[in-house]
Amino acid sequence: MTDMPESLKTLLEDFQFADRTERIDMLIEYADRFQEVPERIATRPFPEEHHVQKCESEAYVWAEDLPDGTLKFHFAVENPQGLSAKAWAVIMDETLSGQPLEAVAGVPCDSVFTVFGKDVSMGKGMGLMGITDLVTTFARQRLKARQGA
Amino acid sequence: MSDIAERGYAKPDVLVSTDWVAAHLNDPNIRIVESNEDQLLYPSGHIPGAVQVDWAADLNDPLRRDYLNRDGFEKLMSRIGATRDTDIVFYGDKSNWWATYAFWVFQLFGHTNAKVMDGGRLKWEKEGRPLTREVPTYPATTYVAADRDDTRIRIFRDEVLKKLGGSTRLVDVRSPQEYSGERTHMPEYPQEGVLRGGHIPGAKSVPWARAANPEDGTFKSAAELKAIYEEEQGLNPANDIIAYCRIGERSSHTWFVLSYLLGYPNVRNYDGSWTEWGNSVNVPVER
Repeated sequence: MTDMPESLKTLLEDFQFADRTERIDMLIEYADRFQEVPERIATRPFPEEHHVQKCESEAYVWAEDLPDGTLKFHFAVENPQGLSAKAWAVIMDETLSGQPLEAVAGVPCDSVFTVFGKDVSMGKGMGLMGITDLVTTFARQRLKARQGA
Repeated sequence: MSDIAERGYAKPDVLVSTDWVAAHLNDPNIRIVESNEDQLLYPSGHIPGAVQVDWAADLNDPLRRDYLNRDGFEKLMSRIGATRDTDIVFYGDKSNWWATYAFWVFQLFGHTNAKVMDGGRLKWEKEGRPLTREVPTYPATTYVAADRDDTRIRIFRDEVLKKLGGSTRLVDVRSPQEYSGERTHMPEYPQEGVLRGGHIPGAKSVPWARAANPEDGTFKSAAELKAIYEEEQGLNPANDIIAYCRIGERSSHTWFVLSYLLGYPNVRNYDGSWTEWGNSVNVPVER
């Protein structure tokens, strides 16, 4: 976890010692802050390359380049009942947007289980990890493009 | 979707509509129970008066891979303020996938006063009906449960093995990718992982969600269900049928459809499912 952005590291520590009720309350607070991708970034129908594979909540991820070279992440969750996906999207945005790309690229997908606990079902866990996978993929793509430039 | 009574189900009384639930919110003999895959849904808003029964925290034994025992079930029913005469109405996310799982576990203890709200949470929400974050409490009851009956609607691996090659029909309700063996487990999440991919020899692939209408989560009509299970897959009510998935939850939905909506008398859920079969040594696997 040494390369992980400090913001995400702190959040994971908060969740690590939370009991089930505290965890759920915190996650609902995150989900309540969900804001869909702005129209200046994307409009429906959303392109397939932004679609999270294996996410039953029909989640999409975008990475917007910021002037300082970092990325601002945007999300859409098409399933109105996709509350966990919305909570995880807000966590990804609040802890990874604006962070060094190297650190974002190295975020492990299984952070999902620190936050949601081991009770999360296989299907949901795969979908949530898929969101992180796409976020880190966008960071790696930008890094690779810059190295090649 | 048409009225439940017009859909030709074998046991239509097992389903209630959202209208019916809305009219019974304050009925003391009704306990509305929400069961979801997503643990955030109930606390974020539920049908007024509904209690939550969580598949992981409430229905599973915390140590053994098994369901709660009679003592645990009695405590659960006491907590939700139910007696043996209380009508339990289940609803939940994912076209009632987890609601039918809870329904199935309740049937292991013989609580037959049980129904499912057609369309589940999705339909209730789409109709703009009220949701609340207020968690109700009910006076604790003394509930005397029957012993758990694992013979009638549940089946274990060794019995499934004995039935291979015979007249028993197996229904694999997982995704086509899981059935074919293309997908076996979730990376970095070994708890539900399996060492071998594929399906139990002879099993037919009928993904569970085909029984539901995706736009509102309601069950398809009996005619539509017969087209899937009977005309397409060749099942009939005289068959001895075993449904399975990964851990027995999706197959509860299919068990419910075959047992109640089509009225098949001999359907059992193999809850060991692929996480047991795909990890077992020297059992036959087909791809």
